Amino acid sequence: MTTSSALNGKIPEGPLAEKWDNHKFASKLVNPANKRKFKILVVGTGLAGASASATLAELGYEVEAFTFHDSPRRAHSIAAQGGINASKNYRNDGDSTYRLFYDTIKGGDYRGREGNTYRLAQVSTDIIDQMTAQGVPFAREYGGLLANRSFGGAQVSRTFYARGQTGQQLLLGAYQQMMSQVDAGKVKLHTRMEMLDVVKKDGEAVGIVCRNLVTGEVTSHSGHAVVLATGGYSNVFYLSTNAMACNVTAAWRAHRKGAFFANPCYTQIHPTCIPASDEFQSKLTLMSESLRNDGRIWVPRSPDESRPVAQIPEADRYYYLEEKYPSFGNLVPRDVASRNAKTVVDQGLGVGPLKNGVYLDFAESIRRDGRDAVEARYSNLFEMYERITGEDPYTVPMRIYPAVHYTMGGLWVDYNLETTVPGLYACGEANFSDHGANRLGASALMQGLADGYFVLPYTIGDGLAPKLGTTPVSTDDPVFLEAEKAVRDRVARFMAIGGTKSPEYFHRELGKLVWNYIGMERDQNGLEKAIVEIRALKDDFWKDLRVLGNTDTINSSLEKAGRVADFFELAELMARDALDRSESCGGHFRAESQTDEGEALRDDEHFQNVSAWAWNDDDTPQTKHVEDLIFETVTPTQRSYK
Amino acid sequence: MSKPLDLTLQVWRQDGPDAPGSFETHQVTGIPDDASFLEMLDILNESLIEENRVPIEFPHDCREGICGSCGVMINGRAHGQERGTAVCQLHMRKFNTGDTIVVEPWRATAFPVLRDLVVNRSALDEIITAGGYISAPTGTAADANDTLIPKEVSESAMDAAACIGCGACVAACPNSAAQLFTAAKLWHLNSLPQGQPERFRRTEAMVETMEQYFGSCTNHGECSEACPKEISLDFIAYMNRDFVKSKIYNRRLASQR
Amino acid sequence: MATPTIPRNSASPTPRSKNKDAPFPLNLYQTAVGKKWVMAVTGIMLLGFVLAHMVGNLKLYLGLVEHEGQMVQDIDVYGEYLRDMLTPIFPRGYALWLLRFGLIGAFGLHIHSAYSLTVLNKKSNVRYENKPDWLASNFASRTMRVSGVIVLAYLIFHLADLTWGILPWYEWERGEVYNNLTSSLSNPLVALFYIIANTLLALHIYHGAWSMFQSLGINNPRYNEARRYFAAGFALVIFVGNVSFPIAILADWV
Ligand SMILES: Cc1cc2nc3c(=O)[nH]c(=O)nc-3n(C[C@H](O)[C@H](O)[C@H](O)COP(=O)(O)OP(=O)(O)OC[C@H]3O[C@@H](n4cnc5c(N)ncnc54)[C@H](O)[C@@H]3O)c2cc1C
Ligand code: HEM
Ligand code: HEM
Ligand code: SF4
Ligand code: F3S
Ligand code: FES
Repeated sequence: MTTSSALNGKIPEGPLAEKWDNHKFASKLVNPANKRKFKILVVGTGLAGASASATLAELGYEVEAFTFHDSPRRAHSIAAQGGINASKNYRNDGDSTYRLFYDTIKGGDYRGREGNTYRLAQVSTDIIDQMTAQGVPFAREYGGLLANRSFGGAQVSRTFYARGQTGQQLLLGAYQQMMSQVDAGKVKLHTRMEMLDVVKKDGEAVGIVCRNLVTGEVTSHSGHAVVLATGGYSNVFYLSTNAMACNVTAAWRAHRKGAFFANPCYTQIHPTCIPASDEFQSKLTLMSESLRNDGRIWVPRSPDESRPVAQIPEADRYYYLEEKYPSFGNLVPRDVASRNAKTVVDQGLGVGPLKNGVYLDFAESIRRDGRDAVEARYSNLFEMYERITGEDPYTVPMRIYPAVHYTMGGLWVDYNLETTVPGLYACGEANFSDHGANRLGASALMQGLADGYFVLPYTIGDGLAPKLGTTPVSTDDPVFLEAEKAVRDRVARFMAIGGTKSPEYFHRELGKLVWNYIGMERDQNGLEKAIVEIRALKDDFWKDLRVLGNTDTINSSLEKAGRVADFFELAELMARDALDRSESCGGHFRAESQTDEGEALRDDEHFQNVSAWAWNDDDTPQTKHVEDLIFETVTPTQRSYK
Repeated sequence: MSKPLDLTLQVWRQDGPDAPGSFETHQVTGIPDDASFLEMLDILNESLIEENRVPIEFPHDCREGICGSCGVMINGRAHGQERGTAVCQLHMRKFNTGDTIVVEPWRATAFPVLRDLVVNRSALDEIITAGGYISAPTGTAADANDTLIPKEVSESAMDAAACIGCGACVAACPNSAAQLFTAAKLWHLNSLPQGQPERFRRTEAMVETMEQYFGSCTNHGECSEACPKEISLDFIAYMNRDFVKSKIYNRRLASQR
Repeated sequence: MATPTIPRNSASPTPRSKNKDAPFPLNLYQTAVGKKWVMAVTGIMLLGFVLAHMVGNLKLYLGLVEHEGQMVQDIDVYGEYLRDMLTPIFPRGYALWLLRFGLIGAFGLHIHSAYSLTVLNKKSNVRYENKPDWLASNFASRTMRVSGVIVLAYLIFHLADLTWGILPWYEWERGEVYNNLTSSLSNPLVALFYIIANTLLALHIYHGAWSMFQSLGINNPRYNEARRYFAAGFALVIFVGNVSFPIAILADWV
């Protein structure tokens, strides 16, 4: 399949460093007096959504914001622990816009757009300034200057953090800024409202249909533009580090309405999570990656090691990362660390009751720096670990195992963050973003805020300017009425099936399939199997689903049913995309395509591109469109962390 | 190591805001002790669905003790017996087989019950909306290192900012006062240099909005005990001080009338 | 601010309407935090009075003293002194009246704020079906209203008894503080009531004298420990002092 005319990335001409400025200058502007004549619907109030809503409102646009949470402050962004990157070079360790750009492109295994990524690096510094002005209590040195740490294998210290609660503090900053606009009457906030469809007229996005999760009421909302900032889809794996409510529904509904879905198979596995302890387990908890700075990862050399940890002599301990990657050791990128953990566990070397983890051992750093030093750095993480496992990491090594954490794939957007549906924009984790095939630690917060604060507010004007003077389509328009009906019918259908199995059951079963076949390592017949088995389970879902209760009060199994239904369709597309991309790159590892060191082996000749899938209909699989990736500045190289 | 637990649960059931509610008793058996409290409820719900009974609605999301969604009274204690812990981080190994556990929603007139254990906490958002922010429109910020902030100052601001907005303070307070929540946000912003310009305006606005929904603090201290982030009572004192100050020298009146 | 900014559904909380700003300092008293501040300030005045009053009453133990040539009960001299206070700056009795006005004002505000905050709290609070398991609050803090009301009742009785002298069971005479006191308190029932009331007062002070620091915003992590000891100590002193009087009189030590 060749480059599709349907996909114009709209990357501006000119030298890398000037693209963004040129573009801002070239874009049409809406004059201040006219901005209030435009209504923008923002779905999602996480970092991306809240920052966008606040900024758009400050610029003068009329904004309506929607979230299914009871408060914007609950968005999943709140859970981010580690930190946020910015090329401030406060440490004077040689960081720069270009280095952050380069690291991100390389980390993404050369599957991201140069233009977007460079822009991300450019605005990263403004984010720190903005967030500090908002009162985010970033960690400080005694002199009163901002502190930094090196994170996720970065060679420079460019990560800003607020204890282990960086995401929380950033989200509160953006949330508060948005609430100030609610106070000013510029943002109308709808909580506990789940967006269930995008409404189009004459090919353009004109509004959305939502369901009130408290009253069950289905309502239409129309505007000049719709922005989706609805997060990632890691929960398709059932067990992930994401919050329970994270889902793909908003993005998926948009996809079904014509928005292309890009690189669905690019998912990131985070190496340091607490292993599952049982079948009933509802989610996996992330242990911040910063732990890898001081912890040593190992497993016993022998599968039938029975001695208590403390008594296993050094000789019988297999520090596999340090042995395989002398220069990076325990700090190799996430995908490498994750895959190696899988390898040793598959060899039966796993530790813990279910033999499904590896040790992250602090004994040495405690010996080296003293318990206090370690405590100062990680006490809150250690407490969290002990709370969950009942084990004390100061004395017994932590047990960790990889878990799904982030999804690089998402709605395809051009340089303006506009999807293939005119008037429909996507930002934050919801779009296929700037991370290529793998995201660097502490870069998602950066991207969500970059999109919301500094990119979308400029680029959206370009699309709005021509619409000056037009009024939003009335919500009594047939297009809305039809959409509303479709939503009501779907709700009714879930209630009507009257089967025997709960949405939870189907989600868990689906998750197992996705994890086993489309997880850390993928191969052809696994993926082919996946498609068949997902289909089968999906049919069972529509036959045997049981949703109890009413539609006019809170009904979380009903909400869940809708989300799981969309996960089924997504999972199938992920499998098809993974199958189609027969190379390995970043988070996508095809067993068939690896170096003899077991490294991801790219196939730049055929796959130096973005796969964007176009919805056809329920019975016809999506059609693939391709956007070629052009590298004007960097030259793709084979990643090696030896 | 996992020892299964058999428990008797008494859970508050209520169909809707205006419907009457009552306790419903359930026997749950074989609960693994490394399950979290919410996972125990998951297990119960799955079995309810099997029996064709409507599952229990309870608030939750991140299950990492950070989003502030979860929160119920467990045996008369907000977030259960473990100090500094949200229910989602409370694990069953803290209970013994044979225990009877009473689960009730947060109660306050400002927190109407929506269904079962889920209440409406939007009043807390109203307090933030009233002034819980620093007006710094996007793009106007100076370099982050231009204002030096002593480590101690940003640390104590962080202590206050750690509030997850769960409402346990209100739930635990005999007067249903939201003092700890409001004071925490006020100290977070009022203690930082960036927060000074709006300090007294903010304090007045937030406190007065708080008083439209919640009760008055008589310094019982239950809130801080129940708080999953162990927010300190000190902040309440600072809030009171700032509030009275704001009434005395009210900058908004300078050179007015 | 006044009206909710987040779209409402059937189950949204309803904000209480805000009455519009009165001129300073009344606007402070319009708010709950302000009322609490007033309560603390008046609380301090009352504490001061109760302490001074207790100390003054200790003169009961000094028994007979030489005064203007004849032997009289020291406490009567004290009573006299109170009336003669600050003469000739003021005519006799005026200073005492000033004090009394201050006192009456303090009681009035203290009680009114207590009352209206209690009403506010009752409005805001919904009882739990399953009894809450208190961790931090104590008996004193949870019974402030009760102890307060009983102290009030006591106060009225007390004034009727010793200041207005309208109680039937003994011959009250102006200025004869010692005789009045002893003859009144030698009635065991009266004495018992005194003991109960003053015990509750001590309880009230035990929480109050700590709580007021918070209400006034007097908080410094360095000294916060001390606030508890202060309150406990203050309560103890008042308790020992005030309860000793009825006992002493019953036991005929004075
Ligand atoms: C445990 C964990 C730790 C992390 N740590 C880091 C880190 O240290 N550094 C880093 O850079 N990144 C980190 N990440 C990644 C980062 O947190 C997320 O990628 C980022 O916060 C996503 O923000 P967002 O605004 O795009 O989406 P979200 O924050 O997920 O917000 C989604 C919003 O959309 C709303 N929504 C979704 N669907 C609908 C619908 N149908 N209708 C209405 N509303 C809807 C939700 O209510 C929510 O408000 C971490 C992620 C996890 C899971
Ligand atoms: C001489 C007698 C009294 C003294 C010394 C006294 C002292 C105090 C003090 C110091 C406080 C704490 C104020 C604060 O926390 O801000 C207080 C609170 C209170 N007082 Fe009194 N008071 C007295 C009489 C009364 C009376 C007569 C009543 C009611 C009829 C009353 C009712 C209350 C109430 C309800 C509180 C609750 C405030 C809280 O719990 O913090 N008090 N008192
Ligand atoms: C056992 C303890 C107490 C004893 C023995 C005692 C004794 C007395 C006596 C003898 C008088 C009369 C003084 C005079 O007429 O010159 C008096 C007056 C008074 N007492 Fe007490 N008292 C006690 C406790 C209290 C308490 C706890 C309060 C307050 C809550 C209180 C409030 C007053 C007041 C307001 C007056 C009137 C003072 C005045 O003349 O203006 N007393 N008391
Ligand atoms: S102060 Fe504590 S209890 Fe209150 S909302 Fe914040 S975190 Fe929850
Ligand atoms: S419990 Fe309530 S009374 Fe005050 S100190 Fe906490 S708010
Ligand atoms: S579920 Fe997020 S804090 Fe408990």
